[in-house]
Amino acid sequence: MSTDRNLIQLVTPAGERISHPEFDPWVKDIGDEQLCSLYEDLTVIRRIDVEATALQRQGELGLWPPLLGQEAAQVGSGRALREDDFVFSSYRENGVAYCRGVDLTDITRVWRGTASSGWDPYSVNMATPQIIIGAQTLHATGYAMGIQNDGADSVAVTYFGDGATSEGDVNEAMVFAASFQAPVVFFCSNNHWAISEPVRLQSHIQIADRASGFGIPSLRVDGNDVLAVMAATRVALDRARHGGGPTFIEAVTYRMGPHTTADDPTRYRDANELEDWAAKDPILRVKALLERKGLLTDEVQQHVHNKAESVARELRSGCIGMPDPEPMDIFKHVYSEPNSWLDRQQDHYARYLASFGDPAGATSEEGAR
Amino acid sequence: MTQMTFARAINSGLRKSLENDPKVILMGEDIGTLGGVFRVTDGLQKDFGTHRVVDTPLAESAIMGTAVGLAYRGYRPVVEIQFDGFIYPAFDQIVSQVAKLHYRTQGAVKMPITIRVPFGGGIGSPEHHSESPEAYFTHTSGLRVVSVSNPQDAHTVIQQAILSDDPVLYFEPKRRYHDKGEVDEGIDPRTALPMDSARVVTEGTDVTLVAYGPLVKTAKDAATAAADEGISIEVIDLRSLAPVDYATVEASVRKTGRLVVTHEAGQSGGLGAEVAASITERCFYHLETAPVRITGFDIPYPYSKLEMHHLPGLDRILDGVDRALGRPNSLSGLEG
Repeated sequence: MSTDRNLIQLVTPAGERISHPEFDPWVKDIGDEQLCSLYEDLTVIRRIDVEATALQRQGELGLWPPLLGQEAAQVGSGRALREDDFVFSSYRENGVAYCRGVDLTDITRVWRGTASSGWDPYSVNMATPQIIIGAQTLHATGYAMGIQNDGADSVAVTYFGDGATSEGDVNEAMVFAASFQAPVVFFCSNNHWAISEPVRLQSHIQIADRASGFGIPSLRVDGNDVLAVMAATRVALDRARHGGGPTFIEAVTYRMGPHTTADDPTRYRDANELEDWAAKDPILRVKALLERKGLLTDEVQQHVHNKAESVARELRSGCIGMPDPEPMDIFKHVYSEPNSWLDRQQDHYARYLASFGDPAGATSEEGAR
Repeated sequence: MTQMTFARAINSGLRKSLENDPKVILMGEDIGTLGGVFRVTDGLQKDFGTHRVVDTPLAESAIMGTAVGLAYRGYRPVVEIQFDGFIYPAFDQIVSQVAKLHYRTQGAVKMPITIRVPFGGGIGSPEHHSESPEAYFTHTSGLRVVSVSNPQDAHTVIQQAILSDDPVLYFEPKRRYHDKGEVDEGIDPRTALPMDSARVVTEGTDVTLVAYGPLVKTAKDAATAAADEGISIEVIDLRSLAPVDYATVEASVRKTGRLVVTHEAGQSGGLGAEVAASITERCFYHLETAPVRITGFDIPYPYSKLEMHHLPGLDRILDGVDRALGRPNSLSGLEG
């Protein structure tokens, strides 16, 4: 049965920094300036999420998966990574993508429907979002096996949710990671909901406790505490870098918004639950901490606000200004070498479009004849 | 030229690929210490090490999914699926990831993964060991699908598959593993007949008989038998199932006017349907008669005592040839 392990926590919801002999050393470099920087990241990422949600409501994005409430889990882990580490995430880790330096326009590209994914994974060492639940955990494990073969000391990090831990792929990934002692970190954002299904339906025990069955050490961390998440991620990364194999991190957080903009959580969850978690908000917590330390000056607040607003403007203009793809683009990159079947279909469709004189006319459902 | 078995010819091709490119890595169940249940990878782990020839835990989706990760990292994984019927747990990774990642990432990420699959029946095995799942994969864009019929092609095409930047399913006709043939190991896979080309293996003038994998031998035997009756069959070994080299098939049908397609897989929605439809579209006015399909039945692969009823044999193929020629055959008098 489950052991009710205490969460690793370094900052209380009230913003009190509490000491933790085991994990404090892992964030001892985080001084005032770094704290302010984390506060900025958290605020900017929430602003990105708000702006993208608005863009969806305005019809500029087809869909958006909000990360509201999960900012600390993403920033704490994302900022712990080294540039040569490689991330394999789900579709909700847009905050991690921001930390990796993904261009803001690229973040919205897939949701606007102008491409199947937004960026070149090698430019930021982060794979584009995986939509099949849990499939990316195997990719991370294989990538980590490659790191091992190369004799490198980088780490593959995979993000997934509590629902994904029920998938075969995630369990198989843990089997492989353990067998080969691959340098991979399994980062589970337990946001308590897989669309409408509560975490208790996925697991009879605490999610983190599943890892021990695979022989993988695990950490259960307050996912709304950016410092604690950073410390836990650093512990896991360090272990992987030094030949210690995989680690499983359960970041306990909460999906404050819907699963996606197409979802209506009022149909399946209690408003009280939302209120409870609002009291543990990851940004308010850092804000309170900064206040206690006397760091929350008008200057800092103004700077963070300006940064968030400028990022939001850049996101919006990049999204709206994105050119629509050309019809014949649908045939690009299916194969990397010529393919006689597809070449013929492409040729025929080009002739079909050309038969309208105005190629744009042929793309309407009604047709142009 | 060296005389070797089909299995040995693949082994030798894998060895060359491992020698030529340090990024080639073999993965699968029992492929290392044991050398594979069919011994196709025999001796390779001993010579290249456990990091190049990897015995994996028993999880097909994980074998495929970790191969994807290795490909991301710049490796060229060669994955063995132990038996055709064991590929389905890996289906999602193949169809949703391997096949689509190049497209998804607009060409940024290549998936040069070769998936070796011993397939087909005729070896008296229990369920799940004799299937022909190729149509699931020929229907999936982003994949290339090949099947080889003789030791020389087995040797050359496995190397071509590994060299390809696209993912390739390489179907090995397991009942032919012990067949022997001459293999020239000096042939350069880069200049050999391309992997996506079909080959006319027996020239003829009366009927075009299209086969691949295990049934190429049967088709050639049928051509020999038919010649005794004065019927000239042109046998085409498709080699590539996706894409099919229709130019070669079409050129033959324009000459013979008649098409028979044969495969072990069930008929409906199978490759024979695709070949018949495409050839009909391309050269309808050169066809003297409707295309004929001689295939396995639309049944689960049967128990071994009856498998020879399911598998198209020489006589059933010749019966189909008779139908294409309008000669008396088992369906004479039936419409359609």
